[in-house]
Amino acid sequence: MAILQLEEITMEFGGLRALDVVDIEVKEQQIFGIIGPNGAGKTTLFNIITGIYLPTGGKVIFKDRLLNKMHAWDVARQGIGRTFQNIRLFNKLSVLDNVRVGSHGVSRSGFFGSILGLPGSRREEKTIMEKAEQLLDLVGLGDKKLEYAENLAYGEQRRLEIARAMALNPSLLLLDEPAAGMNSTEKMGLMDLIWRIRNEMQLTIILVEHDMNLVMNICEQIAVLDYGRKIADGPPEVVKNDERVIQSYLGAEA
Amino acid sequence: MDALISQYIDPYYLRILMLIGINIILALGLNLITGVTGQLSMGHAGFMSIGAYTSAIFSMQMGSPFFLSLLAGAMVAAFFGFLIGIPTLRLEGDYLAMVTIGFAEIIRVFFLNFEPGGKAVGLSGIPQNTTFVLVWTLVIIVIILNAKLLNSRIGRAFYAIRENEIAAEASGINSTRLKVLAFTAGSFLAGLGGGLYAHYMYFIRPQDFAFMKSIELLNMVVLGGMGSIPGTVLGSVILTLLPEMLRVVAEYRLMFYGALLVILMIFRPNGLLGDVRVYDLKKKLQGKKVGLWQSSN
Amino acid sequence: MIWQQLLNGLTLGSTYALIALGYTMVYGIIQLINFAHGEIYMIGAFVGLFLVVNTGLNIGVALLGAMAFCMVLGMLVELIAYRPLRGRASRLSGIISAIGVSIFLSTLMVLIAQTNTRRYPDIINIQTFQVGDLQVSSLQIIILVVATLLMVGLQLLVQKTRVGKAMRACSQDLDAAYLMGINVNRIISFTFAIGSALAAAGGVMVGIYYNAVWPYMGTMAGLKAFAAAILGGIGSIPGAMIGGITLGVLEILGVAYLSSSYKDAIAFGILILVLIIRPQGIMGQKITKKV
Repeated sequence: MAILQLEEITMEFGGLRALDVVDIEVKEQQIFGIIGPNGAGKTTLFNIITGIYLPTGGKVIFKDRLLNKMHAWDVARQGIGRTFQNIRLFNKLSVLDNVRVGSHGVSRSGFFGSILGLPGSRREEKTIMEKAEQLLDLVGLGDKKLEYAENLAYGEQRRLEIARAMALNPSLLLLDEPAAGMNSTEKMGLMDLIWRIRNEMQLTIILVEHDMNLVMNICEQIAVLDYGRKIADGPPEVVKNDERVIQSYLGAEA
Repeated sequence: MDALISQYIDPYYLRILMLIGINIILALGLNLITGVTGQLSMGHAGFMSIGAYTSAIFSMQMGSPFFLSLLAGAMVAAFFGFLIGIPTLRLEGDYLAMVTIGFAEIIRVFFLNFEPGGKAVGLSGIPQNTTFVLVWTLVIIVIILNAKLLNSRIGRAFYAIRENEIAAEASGINSTRLKVLAFTAGSFLAGLGGGLYAHYMYFIRPQDFAFMKSIELLNMVVLGGMGSIPGTVLGSVILTLLPEMLRVVAEYRLMFYGALLVILMIFRPNGLLGDVRVYDLKKKLQGKKVGLWQSSN
Repeated sequence: MIWQQLLNGLTLGSTYALIALGYTMVYGIIQLINFAHGEIYMIGAFVGLFLVVNTGLNIGVALLGAMAFCMVLGMLVELIAYRPLRGRASRLSGIISAIGVSIFLSTLMVLIAQTNTRRYPDIINIQTFQVGDLQVSSLQIIILVVATLLMVGLQLLVQKTRVGKAMRACSQDLDAAYLMGINVNRIISFTFAIGSALAAAGGVMVGIYYNAVWPYMGTMAGLKAFAAAILGGIGSIPGAMIGGITLGVLEILGVAYLSSSYKDAIAFGILILVLIIRPQGIMGQKITKKV
């Protein structure tokens, strides 16, 4: 069953067409890859899904619900977590707090509950804390939880972003170039992590990535974008052998 | 209790201690808006004046009990904070700063023309109900509630908005709503501080709440360290004491004050305590190593 | 009547514009609200006054003298109070430092000149012309002409010269400009010099026009000029001109037709309304956040 459908998505920035009638369908619990050369519109697509941009045309449907006009925070609360290509952590908060902030969309304590320390919000605080610690262990940052986020190494920061997104209990997780800047050992660890997240928590993952090896290994379905158009869509072995893909993208890298 | 205190403490020092307490309450309010949530407000004195005038008028012309007057001042200030916050908190950084300056100026001009507030002459004969014990009890309560707030879901969301608004929204934080909340809560404290001030000073004028007063409060927040409760308290203490200590240089006083601001910013650009929270102090006490004194860049 | 008000508004507005230019140019390059700018304007007015009274210089020469003095002062302020902070402090620290400078300069002037208001001697033979119903004083003409010349000159400088090109590059991206081999520090210094000179010119002309110079004249004028810069869209040079003139005209009209006791509130009221409707100001560009 499809969890996310993008129907005829078009995006224009002042006359410049960044996305041109793109259709994508992502099935539940799939690991879906979006690839394409720089400027192909991959991150733009993520920003449209997460409500940062309003698409010029087309529909974003998530679990049969139209997301187009929702605010970014509302989209997040529907169960869509994401990471960012140019890491966006809360630098001067601790690693633990970064993940705890991630739970915001799925927790409810209000202003007065917080300052008065009402039982309900205390209980919730406890759950948030336990959850955050679990997630930090999952991404291997358990022993760094009191560091400031800005003091982490690059690869650790990327993993922290994943943990923060997971705190939202998402059913769809968007990863924007999760392997960028990682060495090959870290990449292996990342692949393992992505698999584990999907299998243990039964969620759907879409990732934008440049590392072909990683994408071909991990994704079950891949869409290829080129100058804002989708030029191929299918399982890795099909995409790998597609004439147009080889011409416009894979060929250039080989 | 108050009688005892006034017996043992010299009136001059007592006065300074009272002003320190009132400034701490005012600055903690601004800290919520600017230090924690990162929304530059340069019109905090405007909200303070709303609290001062409202509470004074309640006390003098409606004969309301002191606590009710204080509460009314704080609530009306909070209401205006809420009102001005809704349309303006969408504005980016310095545009918001300008709107807050403008709002505070409009309020000041309003009081300059406000008949029940005595126009430019101001109000005098406000009952002097603000006592030492009351001020410092309120300071402690405000600090505790602030600390609880900042270490809660809402407080963390405030910090998150300051640190990275887009990532905050991606975590499900409705940033507009929370900014308005921070602004309202901060204005409430401004109003409370204003009420205490009016009922301590006996006499208030519109010019007591001019741009310079807003700036003084902002200095306290920035000097101590943005977003930090201990920092804001320290900043309030230092900047209330500084003009007193500079009395020795007589007419050069303000000049030194200005020069010191520049020098402090050059040597401690992120404030004296950087971004220390009660939360971090706890961690330190537990023996975990988190750079408590490390200045954040 | 309305034409008379418009003319008066235009005169006032062109002086706001001169000050607003300094705010907007500095902001465009280093994103600093230079709160000391109003004090530069005030000091410009005093230097002009000093030169006219104590050296008997011709007013035109005194104007140039005030501009030159403030050029140096502006560069000095940048060098001492802002440059050490650059790149290692938050924007807010810069603002606090600017406020420190502002307090320092205004109190320094109080020590030198006391708080009382001074007047320019009757150096210009002010004539008033009657054009239809309109009364035009020679002083208004001089202010409008000088302000126009300065603004045209600035526009030429920024658009046509090498240093102007460097200024534009810096306002686009300071780091990139540095990598392209532009001496960023020198350009910033130059920007402060130009902005301060314009403010000084405004100060001298306002001092003569309203016949009043005093140490705190910079505070409100500075705030209003900053409002004008924001109104026009901060960072935009034509925006500052339009914002200044709009604010001046609306303020005069507000005083004439609404109430003079709310004079200082009118400018800010307009500003808030405009920003609520158009958050980026009149000429400002909508910033699309890059994610």
